[in-house]
Amino acid sequence: MPFIPHTPKDTEEMLAAIGAPDLEALFDEIPAELRIGSLDGVPEALSEMQITRLMRERAGQDGNPLCFIGGGAYEHHIPAAVWDIATRGEYYSAYTPYQAEASQGTLQTIYEYQTMITALTGLDVSNASLYDGASALAEAALMAVRVNRKVKSRRILLAPGVHPVYAQVAEAIAGSQGLTFEWLPVNADSGKVDVDALPAGREPVAVVIQQPTFVGTLEDVDRLTDWAAEQGALSIAIANPTSLAVLKAPGHWGAAGADIACGEGQPLGVPLSSGGPYFGYMTCKSGHVRQMPGRIVGRTTDLDGEPGYALTLQAREQHIRRSKATSNICTNQGLMVTAATIYMSLLGFDGLARVASASQQNTARLADALCAIDGIERLYDGPHFHEVALRLDRPAAGVLDALADHGILGGLDLSRWRPELGNALLVCATETKTEADIAAYAGAMRDVFAPTARRRA
Amino acid sequence: MLDKLIFEKSRSGRRAFAQAPAGDDIADIPDALRRGDRPVLPEASELQTVRHFTRLSQKNFSIDTQFYPLGSCTMKYNPRACNSLALLPGFANRHPLGPASHGQGFLTCMYELQEMLKAVTGMQGVSLTPMAGAQGELAGVAMIRAYHKARGDHERNEIIVPDAAHGTNPATATMCGCVVREIPTGPDGDVDIEALRSALGPKTAGIMLTNPSTLGVFERHIADVAALVHDAGGLLYYDGANLNAILGKVRPGDMGFDVIHMNLHKTFSTPHGGGGPGSGAVGVNRRLLPFLPIPVVGRDDVDGEPVYRWLEEEDVPQSIGRLSGFMGNAGVLLRAYVYMRMVGRDGMQRIAEYATLNANYLMARLADAGLELAFPGRRASHEFIITLRKDARQYDLTAMDVAKALLDRNYHAPTTYFPLLVPECLLIEPTETESKETLDGFVDALVAIVEDARHNGKTYKDAPYTMPVRRLDDVKAARQLDIRFDGE
Repeated sequence: MPFIPHTPKDTEEMLAAIGAPDLEALFDEIPAELRIGSLDGVPEALSEMQITRLMRERAGQDGNPLCFIGGGAYEHHIPAAVWDIATRGEYYSAYTPYQAEASQGTLQTIYEYQTMITALTGLDVSNASLYDGASALAEAALMAVRVNRKVKSRRILLAPGVHPVYAQVAEAIAGSQGLTFEWLPVNADSGKVDVDALPAGREPVAVVIQQPTFVGTLEDVDRLTDWAAEQGALSIAIANPTSLAVLKAPGHWGAAGADIACGEGQPLGVPLSSGGPYFGYMTCKSGHVRQMPGRIVGRTTDLDGEPGYALTLQAREQHIRRSKATSNICTNQGLMVTAATIYMSLLGFDGLARVASASQQNTARLADALCAIDGIERLYDGPHFHEVALRLDRPAAGVLDALADHGILGGLDLSRWRPELGNALLVCATETKTEADIAAYAGAMRDVFAPTARRRA
Repeated sequence: MLDKLIFEKSRSGRRAFAQAPAGDDIADIPDALRRGDRPVLPEASELQTVRHFTRLSQKNFSIDTQFYPLGSCTMKYNPRACNSLALLPGFANRHPLGPASHGQGFLTCMYELQEMLKAVTGMQGVSLTPMAGAQGELAGVAMIRAYHKARGDHERNEIIVPDAAHGTNPATATMCGCVVREIPTGPDGDVDIEALRSALGPKTAGIMLTNPSTLGVFERHIADVAALVHDAGGLLYYDGANLNAILGKVRPGDMGFDVIHMNLHKTFSTPHGGGGPGSGAVGVNRRLLPFLPIPVVGRDDVDGEPVYRWLEEEDVPQSIGRLSGFMGNAGVLLRAYVYMRMVGRDGMQRIAEYATLNANYLMARLADAGLELAFPGRRASHEFIITLRKDARQYDLTAMDVAKALLDRNYHAPTTYFPLLVPECLLIEPTETESKETLDGFVDALVAIVEDARHNGKTYKDAPYTMPVRRLDDVKAARQLDIRFDGE
């Protein structure tokens, strides 16, 4: 019996102690008419050897393409030590640190994580993480409503550079509490907020600013943060944590800094893994901490006066406050945060800055190489972080299909989210890409764009 | 005694040199947008980092090192193969926005996982996207709301929740813009049917139930509850926290539930990871199919061959929408898939049988030893409740004291002070993966603690004694908030 240790003798003795004739008798409180026979929809069991063979076949089925897709999840080198340690049984198979004395490893790790992520975002306090970047925005929006009680509207204004899926997720999660999300006007030439057309009198409860934007450009975050404050709104920053090694931290935006920062923690040592598990980070100014959702770890002392760590401010949470909690959230993404903490420790600030700058420069090189091809140009001028949107002279979908035949996943077709941009492609090259990789992509693209290939694309 | 923080072990200028790529100058970003300060991240060597976090891990209790009978959490063994196979390079390196043409292996697993979950729950559709049980609840209640709205039934905004429910249930209902109506539990642990009857009405959106309940007993009147709620125009939500107890024996769909969430990190043995990631897949019956959260994996047949793809907005136009940036906790789903394939059809029933055997055996032995059961005369499901209310009164022995004393005997504590309606309670869930010897050892430890208090006047106010720290000052933690290291 897989994973069940009982011998027939054990079972017999245990049933005798219970006073039950057989295992079936243990289910005698379930009404007979509800019982089922066999589970036909579940296949017969496989041994570890058999499932290993099956999974290897499936994992290998899709080849090993060169990937130039970003869009909110980024391929970075993950030091071998990160997951070697994070998957130690003591981290991997522990539960939420409710019994603090027996969970100091997890608790101290989270405390160190909170210290690192507040340093990186330039804000005062952090929680122990949320599910992912998109759901973190939903929680940040709900939190802003609780914090900013002077504003009666539940209107959240989104800079056009906010990831379109984040907006959809925020709407799905927070919409039923009456929050509405509206886009700020976009300057079509720059792809950024049209700062000359910022709306007056909308009474937003919060303004969301993403840096770098979904299309890789850089907003004037100081001006937007100050504008949010002038409107009486809180400012919510969404930032790629890798970028914060080179870009101004949200806590330093504008005159007073962003109120809340959140985003996708995946770039900090978490594998792409088809979309998860990742983790959402959230930090804020200290004055807002009691409205922050999710677990928080604090340092305190024990009976001997020695330092120790425990979950704190639990009076905000669902298991205490029930229907009046700040959120229904129960878990944090503990294992991913453990990995991120090890990742940040191994890289340090200098290492992270090197990852950021190498990614930024690789993407610039890739964009230059692709824009040398007739029919491809940059969609927006000006500085970018490690993603660049390109305008193509033909639909991106066909181009991507043709590139995939060359073993290259060439980026994101933006028409799915931003049809108004026409034939647009978003590309990304992180530090993992070599000159040869970039040359291979450019070579394949030249083939696709060669006059003879035009019909195919 | 704790280790220093990694920041206190740092030395300016030290680095893990093998990990940093060659950097580049970034001349084309204007100064106004650049970072001017130098945030304090660790400066440590690779060995220091490895040693630091290895040592920290050793300060945890975990399933791999201790018996962990945490009620309502299903802390069963997490098979190693589930982890190593989910981290195969072809899975770990796949970009979430990669084309379906380069994801057929992964999508096949996801589609088959959906099908297996439908089979074990008796539901007609499954979405894997919710990232934790609480997010599954959010999806479920949002679907109930969407269902009523689609029928023009805009007044239905009340969610009925028994007083024994997990805190996430009422918190979720609030998040979905609903009003919570709490109903009491009868003395035998079943729902108070008369209280339910009077709570139902034209504003009823639905009821959220855990079955077996958090009291560790099966709701015997579930068919009546379902009929009453459906007759009143409401829907039934199944909180899958305790699904392990009934796998292959009885299915939520057959009990009359319209929507369920499953905690894959409980029933299907994906890791708890020190507090996450979880995974809260949802299942629905036919009437809620149009509202499932996206993406869902669909299957087309192309020239007789199956081809898998994501179903998105255009395929599920009435969907409650997206709950994650990409595709939920995909890597967790792969682990659950591997687990279910290894357990197989017959293994599902064995899980319920041996989880229930272990719980009833522990319950019988502890009752024989003189501990008080919260619901004597009832069969335990996969968990049961001991109450220490008399010991707390007579010997000043609280559930908290027992929990801490167990740590000193190298057992993780059961869940304490939940459910809220049983005073001084221990909610004990052994799971099917524990052996009789382990259970016997736990009984001996627990009985010894209680007997020492009853007969020898021993107290455990200062326990634990053998952990890396002594009992911690929670009040100070909340009042003198220290939630990041400031260099002192």
